[in-house]
Amino acid sequence: MSRAVRFAPLVLLLAIIVALVWRLATPADTNVHSTLEGRPVPAFDLPAILPNKPALSSADLASGQPHLVNIFASWCVPCVTEVKVLQELKGKGVPIEGIAIRDRPADLADFLSRNGDPYERIGSDSQSQVQISLGSSGVPESFVVDGKGVVRFQQIGPIEASDVPMILSKLEQAR
Amino acid sequence: MKRLLLIVALVAAQPLWADSSLPPAYWSDRQLPNPRQEAQAEALMQQIRCLVCQGQSIADSDAELAGDMRDLVRRRIAAGEKPDAIRAWLIQRYGTWISYKPTTEPAAWPLWLAPLALLLVGAWLLRRRISMRAGQ
Repeated sequence: MSRAVRFAPLVLLLAIIVALVWRLATPADTNVHSTLEGRPVPAFDLPAILPNKPALSSADLASGQPHLVNIFASWCVPCVTEVKVLQELKGKGVPIEGIAIRDRPADLADFLSRNGDPYERIGSDSQSQVQISLGSSGVPESFVVDGKGVVRFQQIGPIEASDVPMILSKLEQAR
Repeated sequence: MKRLLLIVALVAAQPLWADSSLPPAYWSDRQLPNPRQEAQAEALMQQIRCLVCQGQSIADSDAELAGDMRDLVRRRIAAGEKPDAIRAWLIQRYGTWISYKPTTEPAAWPLWLAPLALLLVGAWLLRRRISMRAGQ
């Protein structure tokens, strides 16, 4: 057996170790991104959940100006801090539409009175069906939708205060 | 006293509220009345990945979103939709990641070719062995 062949298993082992160490040092992105970016929002028509808040349908999104669609829930912990950032975006003139996942009216009213209410409309997605049709995999998530109702950007996880300029520029690009 | 407090805390412990307080969707844990449709739905659910407990199928996962996806699958099968159409609908939204069934797109070619390549290497090694023995 030649020397090269004899050392092949060792080289293979080293290659595997290097690959494993590299993956440990730079973990893979485990977020599942929606493949809907660049395509129209699937048609949906969600019922209202609060008496003083209009319902949300896909037609509301194709209104000529970009919207930020926020997928949230009163039972979602990171949503509490995200709402404050959404308030800031609302203050800058961003229309924010909410899709409440698996929520109850009383819980949601309590959540909004406690943390603030940046939403123009809120649709109730009690069995996550619209969430699934948007290719979203959890709460909170947000979609930038342009004036024609086309998805332009998906934010996975809460929008942090440091994300505000990025979100504003995505909305500007969607104009 | 400290021990009593600890026991009370353990007894009163609650899991973190990471789930909603709504009941599971109707078809999430209920079989379809038509056994043929239920078998179709079950086969598909075994091949769709859960978005929350990545690595589990939606048939195995206890996550709420997995329950809602089982509801979606059963509802659509009951409405007469083909399993492959439902799989395609999900892939359109989440990419090929969502399905355990390998596709035929170029990214999956190594997967299909690997068994063939290994078989060829095996045959080559075997041949060498046999010819070496014969040469002794």
